[in-house]
Amino acid sequence: MKRVYPDKDYCIGCHICELACITAHSKSKDLILAYTVERTGEGLSSCKHVHEGGPTCVALSCRHCDEPACVAACISGALQKDTESGRTTYDREKCVGCWSCLMACPFGAIARHPLENKIVKCDLCFDRPGGPACVAACPNQALKQEER
Amino acid sequence: MLFQPINRNYHDFSIVRDKDACINCKVCIRQCAYEAHYWDESRQKVMHDNAKCVGCHRCEALCPTSALLIQKKKSEFKDNALWKPEFIKYIYKQADTGGVLLTGMGSPVGNIPVYWDKLLLDASQVTNPSIDPLREPMELKTFLGAKPVKLEFGKSKDGSPKLKTKLSPNIELNYPLMFSAMSFGSINFNLHVAMARAATELGICYNTGEGGLHKTLYQYGKNTIVQVASGRFGVHRDFLNAGAGIEIKVGQGAKPGIGGHLPGEKINEMVSGTRMVPLGSDAISPAPHHDIYSIEDLHQLIFALKEASEYRVPVSVKIAAVHNVAAIASGIVRAGADIVAIDGMRGGTGAAPGMIRDNVGIPIELALAQVDQRLRDEGIRNRASIVAAGGIRCSADVVKAIALGADAVYFATAALLAVGCTLCGKCYTGKCPWGIATNDAKLAKRQNPDVAAKKMINLVHAWGHEIEEMLGGMGLNSIESLRGNRDKLRAVGLSDTEMDILGVKHAGR
Repeated sequence: MKRVYPDKDYCIGCHICELACITAHSKSKDLILAYTVERTGEGLSSCKHVHEGGPTCVALSCRHCDEPACVAACISGALQKDTESGRTTYDREKCVGCWSCLMACPFGAIARHPLENKIVKCDLCFDRPGGPACVAACPNQALKQEER
Repeated sequence: MLFQPINRNYHDFSIVRDKDACINCKVCIRQCAYEAHYWDESRQKVMHDNAKCVGCHRCEALCPTSALLIQKKKSEFKDNALWKPEFIKYIYKQADTGGVLLTGMGSPVGNIPVYWDKLLLDASQVTNPSIDPLREPMELKTFLGAKPVKLEFGKSKDGSPKLKTKLSPNIELNYPLMFSAMSFGSINFNLHVAMARAATELGICYNTGEGGLHKTLYQYGKNTIVQVASGRFGVHRDFLNAGAGIEIKVGQGAKPGIGGHLPGEKINEMVSGTRMVPLGSDAISPAPHHDIYSIEDLHQLIFALKEASEYRVPVSVKIAAVHNVAAIASGIVRAGADIVAIDGMRGGTGAAPGMIRDNVGIPIELALAQVDQRLRDEGIRNRASIVAAGGIRCSADVVKAIALGADAVYFATAALLAVGCTLCGKCYTGKCPWGIATNDAKLAKRQNPDVAAKKMINLVHAWGHEIEEMLGGMGLNSIESLRGNRDKLRAVGLSDTEMDILGVKHAGR
């Protein structure tokens, strides 16, 4: 399947992928409203996080593993592996906020929702025409969606 | 903030932030290498210090809400035709620092005519047909190097004709264009990779500049011209044999008469290894080559390099366009150079004293026309190709340069613009926010070689198409037919002397 791969050699640490992510997952689909209103008011947060150490930076999000540890750990069936698309899917309604997936994920790619007992996880922008918003927004082609 | 030296008030730019659009996402803070944007903890918002802005527009380009506008500072000095604002600012700066004023990129001064803008091209009407390059073949292929006076043929054993004349080594280019010398160190490795890849895909050459060639780039040797400058940085046998040509850099258009200066801050491990200089030490090229004090000495160096490369590649000599450039070029050709590269006074640089950049040398157009004419008059034009450099901005400049007598042109500023440069002119600080003139690991990665190579390739393709269109319009189907064909040029608004030097008639004649 096509996954989003970060390139640490050319990630410039601008965090624009995070902004694209919250815009894509906002109700308004407007960066200014998403960042100022929905983020602070409703806890809208990015599925992607840029990690930095010295000159190196890299934007990490769910890797949609072939054998996801989070799915194995999920007690409510909210996390599933969609065998057709290859995505690791998340059903917000089923999630009980037990954080088992957070503990299980070896990449630290799942985050707690800041206000609710829910998680925040990449969905590969599956319903967005043009593919993942982070890939489209990266100014240095340091994020690529491809088959590897 | 109010209690500051008065000098801080005479900065060049103002940052205008649209309060409705700014979301305090800090992208600008992360992008600015000069710390003009900062996070104000007490106000809990992004603020800026106009005095630190260099006008590179990086923040403006990356701001995700288009909330930023970089403007020239509106406050203006009292009008004075003699004391232009730049001179006033120079004095304020020098009164503070006591130092030479450093600058980067080509000269921005407006009082020296840009002759490209005063020259117009011809087009065919009625009496001779123009050619459509989309339907008919159009040849841009260019060979650089010495050409024989005549060709002699014999017969091979089976009776077929055979060339008897021994040809000199030439560099083959698919376009009459080359990326000019920008050393590894002055620009970073990512851009050297990009230039090497772009030149290879395009079938043209790039020039290493005086900083040597990194081992991993030897694979692009067929499209590389290796440069030997007065500092001899990174010069060794393998280096001399790595490229398709060798260039002796005597002078640079932006700073004739002085050598390069790469500050120690830019010398990281990779640069140090390639240049063969200690880590963190300044790499200072002497003003002259200490083994060239005459044309005879240049002759010796040219042939020493030809020996070292076993006469396989042409040797170029690059000089800055200065007074008596035609006589100098004649001497260079007679000393055995296969290519003469002439760099005009508007050529770019990573670091040069502003006074030298803006006041020393002559425009490339005049130098080029004079060199071509002199070599023709002396009957030695075939012994060397002429490469024009320094301020080539567009394909029309290329066409005009070739009509004035150039075989090919070097361009570098345009190539840097293609990858994001905004001519802020702060290359010498080593903090280029566009990741070009910097070896800071965090900044240099802003140039992704895949992206940069593609942009450079696109630019050359675009210029190639335009050159073909202009040639076709003139009824020519080969760049060779334009070379030195000054009848295709006319001048507007130039004096008789200028037209005489350029060898062109006035428009209407």
